[in-house]
Amino acid sequence: MENVYLAIVLAPLLGAILAGLFGKVIGRAGAHWVTILGVATSFVLSLVVFNHIVINGAETFNGPVYTWMVADGIDMQIGFLVDKLTTLMLLVVTFVSLMVHIYTIGYMSDDPGYQRFFSYIALFTFSMLMLVMSNNFLQLFFGWEAVGLVSYLLIGFWYKRPSAIFANLKAFLVNRVGDFGFLLGIAAIVMFFNTLDYAEVFAAAPSMADASIEVFAGTQWSAMTVICILLFIGAMGKSAQVPLHVWLPDSMEGPTPISALIHAATMVTAGIFMVARMSPLFELSETALSFVLVIGSITALFMGFLGLVQNDIKRVVAYSTLSQLGYMTVALGASAYAAGIFHLMTHAFFKALLFLAAGSVIIAMHHDQDMRNMGGLRKYMPITWITSLIGSLALIGTPFFAGFYSKDTIIEAVHHSQLPGAGIAYWAVLLGVFVTALYSFRMYFMVFHGKPRMDDHTREHLHEPPWVVTVPLILLAIPSVLAGYLIDPVVFGNYFDGVIHVLPGHDVIGEMAAHFHGPIAFVGHALGGPAVYLAAAGVFTAWYIYMKNPAIADQAARRFSHVYKTLVNKYYADDFNQTVFAGGARGAGWTLWKLGDVLLIDGLLVNGSAKVVGWLSGIVRQLQTGYLYTYAFSMIIGLLLLLSWFIWFAPAT
Amino acid sequence: MLMVLSDFLILGAVLFGLSVAGIFINRKNVIILLMAIELMLLAVNMNFIAFSYFLGDISGQVFVFFILTVAAAEAAIGLAILVVLFRNRQTINVDDLDGLKG
Repeated sequence: MENVYLAIVLAPLLGAILAGLFGKVIGRAGAHWVTILGVATSFVLSLVVFNHIVINGAETFNGPVYTWMVADGIDMQIGFLVDKLTTLMLLVVTFVSLMVHIYTIGYMSDDPGYQRFFSYIALFTFSMLMLVMSNNFLQLFFGWEAVGLVSYLLIGFWYKRPSAIFANLKAFLVNRVGDFGFLLGIAAIVMFFNTLDYAEVFAAAPSMADASIEVFAGTQWSAMTVICILLFIGAMGKSAQVPLHVWLPDSMEGPTPISALIHAATMVTAGIFMVARMSPLFELSETALSFVLVIGSITALFMGFLGLVQNDIKRVVAYSTLSQLGYMTVALGASAYAAGIFHLMTHAFFKALLFLAAGSVIIAMHHDQDMRNMGGLRKYMPITWITSLIGSLALIGTPFFAGFYSKDTIIEAVHHSQLPGAGIAYWAVLLGVFVTALYSFRMYFMVFHGKPRMDDHTREHLHEPPWVVTVPLILLAIPSVLAGYLIDPVVFGNYFDGVIHVLPGHDVIGEMAAHFHGPIAFVGHALGGPAVYLAAAGVFTAWYIYMKNPAIADQAARRFSHVYKTLVNKYYADDFNQTVFAGGARGAGWTLWKLGDVLLIDGLLVNGSAKVVGWLSGIVRQLQTGYLYTYAFSMIIGLLLLLSWFIWFAPAT
Repeated sequence: MLMVLSDFLILGAVLFGLSVAGIFINRKNVIILLMAIELMLLAVNMNFIAFSYFLGDISGQVFVFFILTVAAAEAAIGLAILVVLFRNRQTINVDDLDGLKG
């Protein structure tokens, strides 16, 4: 099996290299063939692994492939840990990636950077696979940074647009902030455990539960809390949690397939995956879990609000992604790791679907992304319409759709959680359901229903895109409906036994499992709770405002102009960052330049020392009169001084 | 009146002081400078002779002969340089000779 694991990782890399370095030689078709073959190989082999690990119940594979170096007793290795969590991630990543690869053929067909694009997305798949298959922190960090790099490259794929360059720089910088915390977390792990290997760290973790660390003099903090919060700061960057969320909406500057693959389905879930993988560590610190919970709930609710006022179709989906990532984070904070991962999986399907459908709309609209120019597309693009509807229904948590099971489990889990902050989080996620339904169906109604608002030229050319676009939509729509039925084994079954560790006191999933009697009964149970009705209310509100009585939206915007302005300006987070951090950094740079460089180094040290020498020599030069008698006089004086010294201080012999 | 060693030494010192003053104060003529140097040597000779006489050691007077010889040679060379200097610079005014000025 080791060769299979290697092949899963290396096949996309090979495709990326071929398409990237030999793109000219193999041509456009060649580029998409090699990368699609690479990713398809990975997908098929992932199925093999699934069969091996999950169905045949083989032992978890945990072994090194290559030792990079050994320093001070710490092995730095490339190694694979293939357990059920990895298997699930492998399937999700390779499946969504494969769909996106196929879709890209249609979406990017006119783009001059065709080969480059395929090379990047295959490289991304490689990086993500390295991340999820890692068995140590070093490789995790490698994958972590590699996906960040590819994300940077892809956001700035249309590098001639200033906005794209700004966006990719922003993404990179904001991620650096998170990665700094992540790196510190890894360093703390090495400090306490003296190893980078997951298994060894997890085995030693319980004995470190009471260890403390003195970060600032005079403070004693639990080492586990510090480690977990630092690691989670990394996850906050990658998974775009408040306040490090600002990069994700801007990343929509990249081509749509990338928004689907990287900024919705896979890369942004790296943080969620990481926290779930680190469950043995996070379980040991309630403070860290509470922190995760609160951050997640803030993200889930407040990013949802922002989706309500966006007019760019991709940005609505982007804020929806932020909000859903918040849900996953809330699940992690409530110790319902399995629910978080489950939502990660279902979300990957329906969010990729929604993004690709949005992309399909964008193709039909000749790359116009403003929803105010759309409307009534249902007649022209039936496949896109029906798949979007499925995706939206799954997203808002309609019973029997995938999103319903995962989201309802999360809400229920938070409800059971006893952690500090769980109460607020419960209300946040509950209200989030209404908001989610509202913005999802606002988008749905604005795009697919109502009167067509585009100009005549565009309307005449509206048609369903080619099959390479629609087939991935259909293939993604299927799991968007059906994946929810996996709730039985994945969340409430024993799928994650031995992979995810939950302390008995935190075991909300276990409590819920006692009342779980199959997916159908779960729906019945949910009908007794508020979430479903909130979602329905959201849909109804969206229908009433945007279909029945469109004037309400404008009136509301006028009446609550402060709220509206705050939302349109994204809570002024960008302005805040721009002023405080960017401006502060610029100000600090300017001050340092003026004080340090110009004044201290150039002024005082370089020119100053030269000036002092010049000034001194100017004085000394006065002694060099050139007249003989001056020299003679100084000689006499010198002689006199020497003689006097000799007479007074000579040793008495 | 009996002459004692210190009388001669004072004379030597006075001569030396005169010559030093001659070197410093003189701003006009290089020849005077040369003369002051000769005077300085004579002051030294005076000390030699005085010590030689009062200490009863003849070798001091031998040195004086050497010094006189050297002084003569030096004066000759000094005057020769002076002639050349005048040819080049058309002056022997000390204040004009500041080629060492920094």
